[in-house]
Amino acid sequence: MLNITKSSNANELKVVLEGRLDTATAPQLETELGEALSGVTDLKFDFEKLEYISSAGLRVLLSTQKIMNKQGSMVISNTSPEVKEIFDVTGFSDILKIE
Amino acid sequence: MKQLTVNAQTSELSQVLAFADTILEEAGCSAKTKMQIDIAIEEIFVNIATYAYPSEGGQAVIEIETDKDGKIVKITFEDQGVPYNPLENEDPDITLPAEERPIGGLGIFMVKNIMDEVSYEYADGKNRLTIKKSF
Repeated sequence: MLNITKSSNANELKVVLEGRLDTATAPQLETELGEALSGVTDLKFDFEKLEYISSAGLRVLLSTQKIMNKQGSMVISNTSPEVKEIFDVTGFSDILKIE
Repeated sequence: MKQLTVNAQTSELSQVLAFADTILEEAGCSAKTKMQIDIAIEEIFVNIATYAYPSEGGQAVIEIETDKDGKIVKITFEDQGVPYNPLENEDPDITLPAEERPIGGLGIFMVKNIMDEVSYEYADGKNRLTIKKSF
């Protein structure tokens, strides 16, 4: 179960994730971002209520980071220690901007 | 020891996780460790569901054992599909910049890094992958 809340302001897009980013829900995020990223230069994720992330979720973050490297910036905030540890283990801490 | 047999299909993942979470919660597993074990289960089960039975479907058996003090959990995944040892995969290079990182290959790498022990054997026509974690 994943709730995705998007709000945009000019070229900024804020995406709040709540729940689990996994095999079942990652395609949903990928689809929603695919439709919303056009023209976005400033992408902000809020992971405060993200409880879980597996490799399927990491794949979407990586492909989104690759897109944003071409058109602007991507920042992830409020990551829980548990999710942060997964970023550390996979080296994602080095390629994502985590605040 | 508790056992669950399911069709090796991604759609069964939630049932496998519900089965595991009940046992882990009864054993007093912390939320953090439960998440790590759930990740390992997801990665391994999705691998089996995706690769074990390429033509017709098949089943996967998940066995969960906690030791008598309840501080070590051992989970075994068994399937009768194509012989495949995921531990032989080369680890992804996690120092590459985003542009050069392949999309994928992280699942089993995560399992190896967040579990205490991971082992594989092929015997009697079955793949058996076992993970252990203390908590």
